[in-house]
Order: sequence, then structure tokens, then C-alpha cells
Amino acid sequence: MTTNGNGLRWVGKRPVRPDGVDKVTGRAQFGADFTLPGMIVGKVLRSPHAHANIRSIKTEKAQALPGVKAVITAADFPELPSEIEQAGEVVLNFRDMSRNVMARQKALYDGHAVAAVAATSIEIAERALDLIEVDYEVLPHVIDVVEAMEADAPLLHDDLYTMGVEPTPDKPSNVAKRVEFSIGDLNAGFEMAEVVVEREFTTKPVHQGYIEPHAAVASASEDGLCHIWCTTQGQFMVRYYVSRLLGLEVSKLRVTPSEIGGGFGGKTVVYLEPVALALSMKCHRPVKMVMSREEVFRASGPTSGAHVWVKMGATKDGRITAGEAVLKYQAGAVPGAPIGPGCMCAFAPYDLDNVKVVGFDVVTNRPKVAAYRAPGAPISEFGVESVVDELAKKLGMDAIAFREKNAAREGTHAAYGPTFGEIGYTETLRVAKEHPHYQAPLGPNQGRGVASGFWFNIGGASTAALNVNEDGTTTLISGCPDIGGSRASLSMMAAEVLGIDVEQVRPTIADTGSIGYSFLTGGSRVTFATGMAVIEAANDVVRQLRERAAKIWEIDVEAVVWENGEAKPSGSNAGDFEPLSLSSIAATAGKTGGPITGHVSLNAQGAGPAFGTHICDVEVDRETGRVTVLRYTAIQDAGKAIHPSYVEGQIQGGAVQGIGWALNEEYIYDEDGRLENPGFLDYRIPVASDVPMIDAVIVEVPNPKHPYGVRGVGEVPICPPMSAVANAVANATGLRMADLPISPPKLLAAITNGG
Amino acid sequence: MAKVLLTSGVSQQFTDGQTEIDIQATTYRQLLRELDKLYPGLGRELSIDTAVAIDGEIYQEPYLESISAGSEIYFLPRIGGG
Repeated sequence: MTTNGNGLRWVGKRPVRPDGVDKVTGRAQFGADFTLPGMIVGKVLRSPHAHANIRSIKTEKAQALPGVKAVITAADFPELPSEIEQAGEVVLNFRDMSRNVMARQKALYDGHAVAAVAATSIEIAERALDLIEVDYEVLPHVIDVVEAMEADAPLLHDDLYTMGVEPTPDKPSNVAKRVEFSIGDLNAGFEMAEVVVEREFTTKPVHQGYIEPHAAVASASEDGLCHIWCTTQGQFMVRYYVSRLLGLEVSKLRVTPSEIGGGFGGKTVVYLEPVALALSMKCHRPVKMVMSREEVFRASGPTSGAHVWVKMGATKDGRITAGEAVLKYQAGAVPGAPIGPGCMCAFAPYDLDNVKVVGFDVVTNRPKVAAYRAPGAPISEFGVESVVDELAKKLGMDAIAFREKNAAREGTHAAYGPTFGEIGYTETLRVAKEHPHYQAPLGPNQGRGVASGFWFNIGGASTAALNVNEDGTTTLISGCPDIGGSRASLSMMAAEVLGIDVEQVRPTIADTGSIGYSFLTGGSRVTFATGMAVIEAANDVVRQLRERAAKIWEIDVEAVVWENGEAKPSGSNAGDFEPLSLSSIAATAGKTGGPITGHVSLNAQGAGPAFGTHICDVEVDRETGRVTVLRYTAIQDAGKAIHPSYVEGQIQGGAVQGIGWALNEEYIYDEDGRLENPGFLDYRIPVASDVPMIDAVIVEVPNPKHPYGVRGVGEVPICPPMSAVANAVANATGLRMADLPISPPKLLAAITNGG
Repeated sequence: MAKVLLTSGVSQQFTDGQTEIDIQATTYRQLLRELDKLYPGLGRELSIDTAVAIDGEIYQEPYLESISAGSEIYFLPRIGGG
């Protein structure tokens, strides 16, 4: 047996991914691939208006069209009260969710669903949509977050009063919530400062850009039992949300997740699933719904666009004395921008005594935002990391040295309050400073930028089952869809504990009827939290294997050890027995007590915060304003990389998405609030030819709360790129681009006006 | 005594701006009850959509957590992810 140098046989290695063959041969079943006998298709009628009262919806003509089996509007959904409630592991207002799924009384954005039909063909369904008559009263709309906060802005909800303000306002507004975090004495901090930088920034809403559109098949039988097959980041989330939206008992709905073609947070909510089921409940036929790319852009969540103001001060010797920020985040049609984490992450990489961050959650006539890697953090960190770069420059300090001088370490009070345990931020800075990239020469019109990022990572509820098969292979069952390689990492941890070949662990993602509750895949939690459940389940299997060996040998279980996939006597006093392999114990399991299975449900605590530092080289074409990313190095503390290839993939993917956010991506609305670029041709995410190979460097400062040290890796890498790119552009041109994206027309105008 | 630290936003709503409060409690639930006695409504506010950092470690679900004398406790917005 070989180990990877630290006594571990699998953890840290790069075995072939268990889902690889299915993915590259086209066998993998994604959301839109699923079919059922008797299945019909559903389509959604969407509002062409950004903001409108719905006076009436007439569906009779559509209903009468031959081939149409069901037509629904908001009237087919229970009217839910507006109240904040605990929904499993999250807190939600189901009235808002219901109104986002199907407009009730008001259409709140271009693309908002107002009705849906199910018919025997797509053509009939589309003709039926044309026959639905909606009488709209078009209202003034507001797209921009700052404009939405103005006193005379068009009001989206006449019952929305700003939370977090004392006294509660007596007039409704578009500001759903105000939050504030502060520590120390901000005025004293700025009085100590010898250099101060203050700047405003704007970021655009950007879509998660998953390649696979939303898709669902729903089937409701006459006895009230329902089943949904869909692409999602959480089958248990879908089960609960749809149950609440349609007034079902949870036990009557079963949800099976498909393979998922990307989510990045955008599939942590429901859109089509309750609509498809409501249609199926009306006609008792399976209903399939698949969004077009245009629908994905018009009606599914991007992340917030924002206005960010940051002020920071430092002494001449490079110590930051104060940091202040005001963050205004768009929530879209109903409240729920990720303003809390945005505020908490803003200054998290730094050891600061005096901090104040104020945040606003603001509704606008856009699709309701959904989570996107490290929700809220990239926006605030873009502002702060840009100002940190300017401060370093004003002080004549190296960008990394300035960060090292102010970096959060173990024992630092995080800017959002708690004291950090073991963290690896300074390690990422050290590795960045020593990386050949940081010393490489630059040419004309080229610039180098550095930026850091932070995310908490989370744990949460997970269940895992590990079944020992008759031949000694094992089946590993979990309840979290595999987006970023969790089947591989979970299998490797199980194989590590069992001491067997990873090929002998076959991972499966189960439906809601086949495994215990698991919170969704998100927040970089699965390898950490579900991994802990897997490790405990494997330990339970090992305990049972030792018991079976003890029975076979007729000795005490304490006299049996499990080593390298075999039961062995613990010493010469235990007896002289030939080791028993897992397969030999499995073969006789029926005689020694029955099947051997491990099953663990837990709520994982102890997630380890993580940091990353990125280095970006760009070249600016001064005649066109085009920015070319020449070289990009992303360094990140993973705690422990279970499967380094997947960790590198997460880092590379996050970096590229951040580069797109920095340089290209934005929603463009016309004067009527209609989205003008709902497709990948005009909404341009980076493709392979737009970016260099992202050099992902893994730093490992183990999380002491995980058996192998896992922290989670999927969120952090999207935090630094926007400021790394902007800082590089600033160094290439001398221009501080504070408004994203730094698109060619915008940069060309700045060069023309400033240079 | 455990030291409870509130965000400035919450403190403005419930404690007249006081962000540090010393509380005698051995469990999270007892802590909420004590806070509610001192500042009516605060315990309920902090039990909704809130995570808790106890001595630096963030608990998304702190219901069963115990608290030591001298513990440092921060109430934070619950954290999700993408």
C-alpha cells in the first residue's frame, strides 16, 4: 500500500472521478433529459412589463384549445401570509417566494411569471399562451438601486417598511432592511490616519451563468402523491418549498435530483417546480417544464447589483486605523439581498480596531436575486480591496506587504465580531509573495493587481449511509447533489476510513424518499459537513466489522483492530488468526448478524473560514479599451484538499466567473425596464479563449474541527478577481475603474478623458 | 458571566446602543431568556435568522449549545452560500 506521505492513502490524491464516464459519454441524465410515460409539456406566460398591476387574467380561450390540459395563475396557489418563518435551515417569507414563482396582483419585473399552461405539445402550449388575456396597468418602474432608495421612487410594495430602523418608518419604501456592524471608535480611527482614501463603486447584477437551464418534471397522482424530478442544489429544499407553496404534506412529495449542470447558488430556490406540480395536480398528467436561456436570464436570480462606498485610513507606516463602508444591494422584486454577509465580509481579511459597515437591502424591478458563490461578499470586497490597493500605493508600500502588515491572524477579532481560530490568510499572502508570477517582468500597457478574499464556509444538516455489499464493495448514499465533485471527495474519505480501494466505494445521490434530510449543496458545505457524516458512517461500519471478526474468532471485540482494510488481532494475546478482509467478512455477514450498514445524520458545526489571494496581469489596448488577462494566479487555503484536482477546478471556476464580473457581464435594460440581452451572445461570460490557464495554488492550514482538516473551497475564489483585475488595470493605465464591468467602451472613454 | 456582543444595528433597536452585555447563563436557550428579561423582544429577535459565534466558532444552529463563564458570544446574521 502507498500513502501520500502523511499516512493517508486516499485523501490528497487524484483518483478518476466516479461520474466521469457518464458525463463525457452523454449518459448522465440532466434535468431536461428526464421523461415519463404520458408526459405533457408546460410553458409560462411572462410579464412584458417591468412593473404593472394585473387587473385581470382571462384563461378561458387557452383552456378551450384542443390539447391544453391545464391552465394556472396565482389563483391556483394558496395565498400565504407575509411572515418570516424558519424553514429547515433557512428563514424565509413564503408569501414573497410564492409571488416570485407566480405574480399575484402585480407583475414586478420583465419576465415575471403570470400564468402557465400544460399541453400535449410545445406548439399547442405556446399557442395557448397567446390566448391568455392579461389586462395590465403599467406602472412606473425602477431598476437602479440608488434611484430605488429615493423618496419619490416608484414603490414596489405598499406594505414594505424598512426593518432595522428605530423608530419603524411610518411610510413604506423600497428599502426592506438596514443593517449595521461597528466596532471601536471610527472617528478616533480616522483621526489617527495619516492617509485616507474614500471612493464610490458600482457593480452590476450578474447571472450565475450555469450552462444547464432550470428544468423539472412533476407528476401528481389522483391519490395526492406527488413526485418531482429536477435539476437542483437541494432535493430536500425543493420538497419543503414546493410543499409550503402548494399546501402539501411534506410526506406526499418525493423529489429526485438529476445530474446538475452548474448552479453556483442559482439553484438553491424554486421556479418551475411548483408551477409544474400545480399544473400536474390539475390534469394528473406528468408535466415537463424547461426554461429557455432567455427565460433563465429574465426570470431566475442573478446576484445583486450594488452601490458601494468605502473609506479607509492608515498611518504612514502602513497600519490601517479605520474602515467604513455603506453598501446598497439590490434584492430584485422582493426583499432578500445578501446584505448581511456582504457587510460581514467587507473588512474580514484585516485586523482592524475601528470599523463601521452599514448595509441596505433594496427592492427593484428586476428578478429576485438568488445566491451566487459567497453571496454578497465579492461586491463589498471589491470596494475594500480596491481601496486597500490605493492606500498601499499612496503609502509607497508593496501591495502584499501592506496586506501582510494588516492581515487577520489566529486570535484576531474579525471585523464582524468573533475571534478567528486557526486561519490561513497570511499563508496565502506569503505564497503569493514568493510565487514566480509576482516577480515576473511586465511589458508596456501591462499591469499587475493583487487582491484577497474571505468567506466563512458553513456546515449544517447532512445524512450519509454506507452499505457493505455481499462482495465487500460498498455503496455510499448521500442527500446532497454533486456539483463540484463531492461524490469523489466523499468516496475518498469513506475509503480512507475503511482502508479499501476508492473504486470499491460507489457513491449515489439519493432522492428524498431514500435518505434522511440533508441541507442543500451550497456554502462550500458538502465535503465538510456531509463528509463528516460519511466519516462517522464509515467509522460505524468499521466498528461493526470488528464486531463480526470478533464473533468469527470468538474473542472480545476490544481484541480486534481494523488496519488497511482488514480485521486483525490486536496483539499476540488476542490469538493467532489470519486477517479477515472486508470482503470475507461481508461474505459471511448473513451468519454473523445480517447486513452491515452505517447510517449517520448530523448537524455539522465547526466550519473553517477561508481566505484567498489572487495575482492578475492584464494588458490594456489603449485604442479599443479591451483588457486582456495575461496571467492569473489564485492562491487559497483549502484547509485540506481531499481531491486536489477538484479544489483546483473550484478555484479556477470561481476566478473565471469573477473575471467575467469584472470585465464583461451586465444586464442591459431599455427605458421600459425590459432586458435587452437575455442570451449568452449579448451577455458575455468568459470562454476558454478569453482567459489564460488559471494557476491554482492550494495552501493547507487544516481546519481543526474536521477529521481531515477540510474548510470548503467553492466560495472564496470569486471574491478577489474583481478587485485583482481592477487593481491590475489601475497599474496598467493609472486609472481607477470603480464601475463594473470594465468593458471596452467604458475603459476607452476613461482613457480618452483621463489620458 | 458570559459576554454578549450585539451588532450596532440590533443594539440601536433593543438596548439603547449598548453593544456589550454581561449575562449569567450556561446554555444558549437560557442566554436568550435572560436577554429577553433585560430587553423585551431581544431574545425573540436573536432567535430568528441568526447564527451565534461562541468563543470564535460560528454555530448556525446553536439551540443545544452550552456556554461557559467568560465565553464571548456574538449574534450574527445566519450565513448561507452559493
